[in-house]
Amino acid sequence: METTGKRKFNLREIREDFPALRQTVYGKNLIYFDNGATSQKPQYVIDAINKYYSKDNANIHRGVHHLSQKATNEYEASRKTIATYLNAKHTHEIIFTKGTTEGINLVAFSFGQLLQKGDEIIISAMEHHSNIVPWQMLCERVGCVLKVIPINKKGEIIYDEYLQLLNDKTKLVAVSHISNSLGTINPIKKMIDEAHKVGAKVLIDGAQSIQHTKIDVQALDCDFYVFSGHKVFGPTGIGVLYGKEAILNKMPPYQGGGDMILKVTFEKTTYNELPFKFEAGTPHIAGAICLGKAIEYLNQFNIEDLEKHELELADYATDLLLTFEGLHIIGESKKKTSVVSFIVDGAHPFDIGTLLDKQGVAVRTGHHCTQPVMDFYKIPGTVRASFAFYNTKEEIDYFIAALDKAITMLR
Amino acid sequence: MTLNEKQIELIDEFSIFDDWMDKYQYIIDLGNELTPFDEAKRTKDRIIEGCQSQVWLDASFDGNVMHFEADSDAIITKGIIAMLIRVLDNEKPEEIAKCDFHFINEIGLYEHLSPTRSNGLASMVKKMKMAALMAVGQKG
Ligand SMILES: Cc1ncc(COP(=O)(O)O)c(C=O)c1O
Repeated sequence: METTGKRKFNLREIREDFPALRQTVYGKNLIYFDNGATSQKPQYVIDAINKYYSKDNANIHRGVHHLSQKATNEYEASRKTIATYLNAKHTHEIIFTKGTTEGINLVAFSFGQLLQKGDEIIISAMEHHSNIVPWQMLCERVGCVLKVIPINKKGEIIYDEYLQLLNDKTKLVAVSHISNSLGTINPIKKMIDEAHKVGAKVLIDGAQSIQHTKIDVQALDCDFYVFSGHKVFGPTGIGVLYGKEAILNKMPPYQGGGDMILKVTFEKTTYNELPFKFEAGTPHIAGAICLGKAIEYLNQFNIEDLEKHELELADYATDLLLTFEGLHIIGESKKKTSVVSFIVDGAHPFDIGTLLDKQGVAVRTGHHCTQPVMDFYKIPGTVRASFAFYNTKEEIDYFIAALDKAITMLR
Repeated sequence: MTLNEKQIELIDEFSIFDDWMDKYQYIIDLGNELTPFDEAKRTKDRIIEGCQSQVWLDASFDGNVMHFEADSDAIITKGIIAMLIRVLDNEKPEEIAKCDFHFINEIGLYEHLSPTRSNGLASMVKKMKMAALMAVGQKG
């Protein structure tokens, strides 16, 4: 392992990297188990934000002056870092966006321009609203048909039903790699290969996978992969759309403005090449640069080490949770990430969340932007604890004690 | 007791707790004591949908004072409803319409009534005031 030159997984040292973890709320040590919603940031990223605005701030791709060059170089270096990390074939296949949501909307609009009435798009029943609504809007605009792969009680895609839905009218399959409310890891490699057999393209919503597992877009052979910077230890307001060059080249631009053009006249405008064609206007320069820093931070480690620790945490928490009478885990796929969603008989998720909060434990409650999943289970919502590699078993022990207290008060 | 005296009474009751969990235990107790809403009254026109928990409200005017009944599927929300009802029930609509619920802030429950909080309580308070305003109109 030493030969790889990667940083050793040392939990105590890792926690030192994240200043937000060292604080108290309501007089209690903060226990942050809402990593599925957003992650905390390492000092390395915070310092980079500070440095950018203190020393390097300038607009990119336009100034001849020193600072503009510097900012441009760093912005493009970050694109390269991300391309390398995802193993994209070309750096210009990395498009900076606001986040997962914008990435999906971009594809729904631009790729959608290539679709026709009657074309079919497949999503799954466990998608985040961000991977449902843009497709519904596209269907309304163009007259495409949205098909939904059902899930079983364990919270897994029913694979045979997926195969049934695929046909030569299928133009796009858009599925999450990992479900944010259930934690299920979908068999995306198999799904991508099947979709390609009927000539469909595949978009992977990577919002919940980039921070947990190694992504190799060429090995996966996905056509699009989208994620948000803030969930992978980077800033909010920045994200990435990876797309295969050939497809991105065929797609018309998403928004018009500065930077995305080669020449503008009132008669005709010619568009810039990739990736600029899809980056209209002044982008989130600091965000893009610091997302690169977040990826650098993550890449010091063997991601398998982080993943292993996260799964240990999830197993540990699940075992302890199951000792509570009347507690039900929602999402019981054998292949799961470090997300544990649950409900408790006789206690509303909102009440549990409030009482955990007052004891210093941050969890998410509600439908997690996946209302169809809640409708499927006929529940109003869940309590969700989602762990990152900087969380500890001691924190889980405290969380379990806090939950015990909450449930006792509520019943 | 005036509407404001009732608010001060609630603030006093909470002042003995310095631990948040004790405060919430008291809120839960208040919620449990609240007269349960008639199942038959849990109708669509009485529901106030929150993103996380739901609230049902029934407001009526007897020509002199307002009457409120309300319920929620979440017990903490219900406890706060119980406090609002204690303050507003049997009050003249003119008084309710101009009332400022300072007790919520002073007890430290502001977050539950902030408009972004998705528990339906903020909308419930608005609806209570609206009902009172309509009653004032009826009288006028
Ligand atoms: C699976 C999934 N998709 C999409 C999103 C949307 O991400 P963002 O709000 O950062 O655009 C999320 C965020 O919760 C998510 O978990």
